Amino acid sequence: MATPTIGYVSTQELPALPPPDAGRGAVAWLRTNLFATPLNSALTIAVGLLLAWALPPIINWLFFDAIWDGDSREACLVEGAGACWAFVKAKFGQFIYGRYPLDQRWRVDLVFIMLVVGLVPLAMPKVPYKKQNAILMLVVFPFVAYVLLYGGFGLPVVETALWGGLLVTLVVAIVGIVASLPLGILLALGRQSKLPVIKTASVVFIEFWRGVPLITVLFMSSVMLPLFLPPGTNFDKLLRALVGVALFSSAYMAEVIRGGLQAIPKGQYEGAAAVGLGYWQSMRLIILPQALKIVIPGIVNTFIGLFKDTSLVLIIGIFDLLGIVQLNFTDPNWASPVTPATGFVFAAFVFWIFCFGMSRYSLYMERRLETGHKRR
Amino acid sequence: MKTYLTPALAGAAILAAGMSVAGAATLDDVKAKGFLQCGVSTGLAGFSNPDDAGEWTGLDVDYCRAIAAAIFNDPKAVKFSALSAKERFTALQSGEIDVLVRNSTWTMSRDTQLGLAFAGVNYYDGQGFMVKKGLGVASAKELDGASVCVQTGTTTELNLSDYFKANGLTYNPVVFEKLEEVNAAYDAGRCDVYTTDASGLYAIRLTFSNPDEHVVLPEIISKEPLGPVVRQGDGQWFNIVKWTHNALLNAEEAGITQANVEEMKSSENPDVKRLLGLDGGFGESIGLSNDWVVNIVKGVGNYGELFERNVGTTSPLGIARGQNALWTDGGLQYAPPVR
Repeated sequence: MATPTIGYVSTQELPALPPPDAGRGAVAWLRTNLFATPLNSALTIAVGLLLAWALPPIINWLFFDAIWDGDSREACLVEGAGACWAFVKAKFGQFIYGRYPLDQRWRVDLVFIMLVVGLVPLAMPKVPYKKQNAILMLVVFPFVAYVLLYGGFGLPVVETALWGGLLVTLVVAIVGIVASLPLGILLALGRQSKLPVIKTASVVFIEFWRGVPLITVLFMSSVMLPLFLPPGTNFDKLLRALVGVALFSSAYMAEVIRGGLQAIPKGQYEGAAAVGLGYWQSMRLIILPQALKIVIPGIVNTFIGLFKDTSLVLIIGIFDLLGIVQLNFTDPNWASPVTPATGFVFAAFVFWIFCFGMSRYSLYMERRLETGHKRR
Repeated sequence: MKTYLTPALAGAAILAAGMSVAGAATLDDVKAKGFLQCGVSTGLAGFSNPDDAGEWTGLDVDYCRAIAAAIFNDPKAVKFSALSAKERFTALQSGEIDVLVRNSTWTMSRDTQLGLAFAGVNYYDGQGFMVKKGLGVASAKELDGASVCVQTGTTTELNLSDYFKANGLTYNPVVFEKLEEVNAAYDAGRCDVYTTDASGLYAIRLTFSNPDEHVVLPEIISKEPLGPVVRQGDGQWFNIVKWTHNALLNAEEAGITQANVEEMKSSENPDVKRLLGLDGGFGESIGLSNDWVVNIVKGVGNYGELFERNVGTTSPLGIARGQNALWTDGGLQYAPPVR
């Protein structure tokens, strides 16, 4: 059946016309975004003035007045000196690797590279072989990383007492993150279990670890624990901190995930049971995928909190990034009025990069997994 | 400038010191390990701080190296544990470290109640005053009516009040919770005087844009003898640490330096001969080799060299010898003779 052609009916949609001139261009953008109402204009002007007042000195301090080269404090002692980047430059190796021996630092570099090469394809949804990659990162990588960082198989042993800086921050944060998610899921499920022993154990565990400050946990692990152990069994300080951080964060994680589980309507559980799925199957296929998706912001929040909490290991004499920056303030060769500020700015910037990265990735995952539950 | 909390906490740990640990012969343990495990601070300018390469340096650190040199003839045979003020004594009691050289003040309670023993005083510290040079003050006695920046909740605050009361002077305390706040307040001119331990004053002075505009007054109003600490009950190990300290002082007194120690071996002075192990078996009597002092001085230098290099006038800190001069120069550093 042929459609009769009618001369005055367009067979295709006409291209959209551009908006009128008043709605285009920089002026229009300014009008709608910055000067829409009198209050809006007033706020814009106030913020603009604030920026004009605050930004130039900050930029001057950070860049134009900053000292970029020098061998000692003398360089940064000039009148009106800005940031003492020469200090960061001289100590940069320490900030990244701690006191890791110079000739072995390639091992840390290799681990960093492997981490990036493994994580990036895992994080990009389009790249295939997700399962193999995940197994590689969760099973093979930790082992290889351990051997590379600590030693063994012909590599000289580098004690964890020599580790420091960004290396320790990342090790503590990543171990904490990777261990806390599965542990947290199990604890959250345990807390909802109908089996009294499992339920009680989960509740006690969660409430205990949530009830004590992380500083107390670290402090106990480093000060009290050795007194109860027989002499000679001096097990690693960093390991103690890692265990403490992992258990601590898993308790928080459990509560975040429990929030997600409780948001799933009862019908989902009943539906899963109705199609004949057992407990683990229904959790794995129906409940957890929905629950975890809901609590992505909460999970990432916990991750970011954990990442920043790693600085607390300083109190037991492990020097994470912030710790080693502060430690180097005590070097009399670099003591100057601007050294501490410079060090803190540097540490803050590195922490910000990682936390901001995590935050952006979580937003992206939320959008990708969004299936209509989201409230706008 | 020690908080009240620390002894209480460490005291709690004494429970465990009873069932402690650490077999009698620390020297054998150390020799078997092949290195000395030495507790230092988590960063204190001139005493234990990292250099650009990340190696620990400082007066306390050099004491660790001196002990290692005495035992192994290798000042590098040391592993350092950075310890916070709260952990330091438990770390020693539990055997995690062999010796603690961490600017710890020698007090009676610490010496008698914690199961620890102080082996000497490697730095006589004490509370002092810093003022701006422009004030034209030359002595703490001239500080009547001054406003004084001080950290609250420390013995520093009590010493300050005692000193002014005893001398019939008045002052306005400007107290802060944190040391950083005290620094900022003094730098901003909110008070005329800054008071804390003298070594701390010198370190803080360095962080000002013009260190030379500030002067540390000569009066020291409290006793803060800092020294190496070992566990009680191991006489041999105690002797080794104590006599390493004495050897450093005796070497300075006898004029033996890192540079001339080999030449000094041909000296006819009986004191020098005994010290360098050419006469008598003093090293062997404490479980070391007889040339132990040679190893120490070759490894790190004598006490004067340690002092000048780390905190003295050739270092950025620029601390005068003062009480830490040898007794022959009017100071307090006095070592019993080796004979």
